[in-house]
Parts: sequence; C-alpha cells; structure tokens
Amino acid sequence: MEVLRKYASELLEKKAVAAVIGYVRVSDKRTRPAIITNPEDTSSLVFDNYCLNNLSVYLTKARIKALCRTSDKPMKLAITAKPCDVHSIVALIQENQIHRDDIHIISFNCGGVVKDFGLEFSKETLASKCIHCESQKPVYFDKLFGEEKKIPAAEDKQLQKINEIDSMSTEERFEFFKKEFDKCIKCYACRAVCPLCYCQRCITDKTIPCWIESSSHQRGNFSWNIVRAFHLSARCTGCGECERACPMDIPLGLINRTMAIEAKKSFSFVSGRSLEIPTLVGSFDVKDSDELFM
Amino acid sequence: MDKEKWEPKIAAFVCNWCTYTGADLAGTSRIKYPSNTKLIRVMCSGSVDPVFILKAFERGADGVLVSGCHPNDCHYNAGNFHARRRWDFFHKLLDFIGIEKERLQFSWISASEGKKFADVISKITKDIKSLGPFKAYKQMNSEFTVNFPEYNESSNSINKELQ
Repeated sequence: MEVLRKYASELLEKKAVAAVIGYVRVSDKRTRPAIITNPEDTSSLVFDNYCLNNLSVYLTKARIKALCRTSDKPMKLAITAKPCDVHSIVALIQENQIHRDDIHIISFNCGGVVKDFGLEFSKETLASKCIHCESQKPVYFDKLFGEEKKIPAAEDKQLQKINEIDSMSTEERFEFFKKEFDKCIKCYACRAVCPLCYCQRCITDKTIPCWIESSSHQRGNFSWNIVRAFHLSARCTGCGECERACPMDIPLGLINRTMAIEAKKSFSFVSGRSLEIPTLVGSFDVKDSDELFM
Repeated sequence: MDKEKWEPKIAAFVCNWCTYTGADLAGTSRIKYPSNTKLIRVMCSGSVDPVFILKAFERGADGVLVSGCHPNDCHYNAGNFHARRRWDFFHKLLDFIGIEKERLQFSWISASEGKKFADVISKITKDIKSLGPFKAYKQMNSEFTVNFPEYNESSNSINKELQ
C-alpha cells in the first residue's frame, strides 16, 4: 500500500499526471472512488479486496478529461485499475474514446474482490466475475504492484444459471425475464456505472420519437433491457458493475455473459483483451456466416 | 381470438436498393404472395436499428422480417456486412430472452429476385401462422393500455392517421 501511495504522490509532484483516480477507504470493509489532484491526499489511497468499483467509467467523463488541460502542457490521467478494469480501458481505447498515451495505468496482481461492500472476503462472498476470472494479471499497464495471488476456487453459479435458462422452453425463458425485468425501476444505474455506456445522449433519453418508453412499465422495461444488452453484446468486458449497481437485483450479468459466450463461440472474440485487433461489432469479415439469412 | 380468422401482422424492413426493388418486380411480374406483410422501406439493412424491431413488436407485430442486398452487393459497400454481424447477436439475444426465433427473420433478396421475395414472404407468413399471435408481448400491451390510458389515446390517434 505504501509503495502505491509513494508512487502516486511522486507522479503528482512531478506533474507527470493531472490526477490519480483511485480508491479511498471509507470504513473497514468499504472503499469509495477518489480523484486525487493533491500529492498530500495520496496517503489515503488503498488497494485490496474491497476495491469494487470499475474506475474506468470516469475516463470518458468530460469533467475528468478537462483536468488534463489545466496546465500549459497536456497531462496524463493516472488510474488504479484491477486487471479486469484494464479490459474496459482497452475497450475504450479501441473505440477511440480515450488515447493510450493519455492514460497511465497503475495495476495490481489481483486476488479477487467481494461481491458487495461490508462482507467478509471469503470463498462464499467472492464476486461472480472473479469465480471465472482468467486475467489476474493485467494485459496492459504502466506500473504493476503486488505479488501474484490466488483467487479461492468457488462454484460458478452464474454459469449454472445460464445453462438452466438455456435448457428452458421459449415460454419459460420469456416468463423468467418478464419477472426479472418487471422489477426494473428505470433508474439507469446500470447505464451510469458502465464504462462502455459512454454515449453523450442515450437512446432512452430521446423522446421524439420515443423509442423506449420511460415509464417503468413492463413494455418499456423490456425494450430498455434488451437494447442495453444488445448495445453491450460483444463489447461488454464482464466487469459486473451493472449487476452490482442494480438496486432491484436484476441479473444483468446473466445476459451479458451469455452474449460474451456467444461472441467467443462464434467469433473466438473476447472484448478488451488486445489493442492489436479491432472490436467485433465495429468490424466485419466477408466470410462471416450466412446461416441466419434466407 | 378465432384461430381460423386470425391473420398475422408482419412488419418487413426492406432495403431501398435491392429488396424493395425486388418486391416491385414481384408486383410487376404479378406473382402472388400473402398480404400480411407491411413493407417499410429503409435505405440499407445496416440502418435498421434493433429498436425498430422492438417497436414493431410493441405495436402489435407478430413477426418481423429484415431484408437487404446480398453480401458484396450493398449499395453502400459494407452496410449489410455490418448488419449481418449485428443481427447475429440480436437474434441470439432475443432467443435467450425468450422470443421465438421464427418471429424475427432475415433474408438477402436482390432486385432481380421477385420470385424469391414472394417465396420469403410466403414462408414467414406460414411460420408466423403456425406460431400463432405473439401473445406474450400483446399481453404487456393490454396491461399498458390499462395503466396508461392517455398514452393509448395518443397512440391510437397516430394509428388512425396512419390508416
């Protein structure tokens, strides 16, 4: 922890970065995001199993980007990112939302995080994304801290649920999701917390014509949740923030992961893993399957 | 609803350059095909947003067809290639959510394929007829009209104008 604080404060003192986006402890089992511009404030930076937020969501915000232009020469933004958050950053770079040279990635060898604040870190409370995590080491970084850790092995309940839904009949699936989407209160927390939902103006905010009804009625809820899932299919890096942020506990991760599985199956593509290849939905191949088309 | 008398409503989003012209050819060649399908002309199959399809279902469509130029024939060079990849995911997503695969169909029909256009329309009409009305979505509609009568009145007046 001390090395992280020292490194961050040095970066700020040297004016190598305009701000450090990091985690600050609130209480024993709770952290919050913090945007630090003063070197003295780095003494509260932490990194542990309670750093849940995906901080890359801040990188696309205009007010954060404006920090880089506060002095004469443009400065970088430093971000502390878990290896899974680095995938989101990679996706953002691929989609031209940020530039690799503008970001200073401080990453860690990750040992998993809890699924929610206030819980004791153990096998049972492990976040579902960590259970099937294949990237404990970041794919890109400017500075790496921590020793390699092991994530405790746990049952992959999410995958079991997906398989269970897959084996249901169409009507049962519709009933299942109808019941889940019925809970939606259209707070758009899933959108606010998603690093890849960076549209300046979301389609749900467009009311003339009104494509997605804004009342939290089943019909609009269906449209919203389908459109959200579709806009993220083959883009979602699986950080699981939408599911965590959802106040109504809608299993959004189920849909996101299903689409990720499909992308891997049909195109051997996993979002946010490499800067060398283009995004899946942003590119095409003339040899793609024509199976769907009459 | 009497199953004998029920006729499906199908919305078809067709591209201006190929399928719409193909439909024209089917008409001028006097090829017969079921009249359940309402054609909506768009500039490219790649310009069809998934919300168009969801809106069609919301407004009572039992099935939706999206049709465009054959690969390599796109008027805009790559519109249908982008569409192909996108629809692949959308189709899988709808299937996972629990909407029958046959409710949403896709095809490539060129301007010279009047016969194929008639065949595709006949096939989708037959498919939707065997599936029956899209009760699941329609039930949500009826609940909606009970809860939001004002919205329904305004949308009814729009529908009347369209008719």
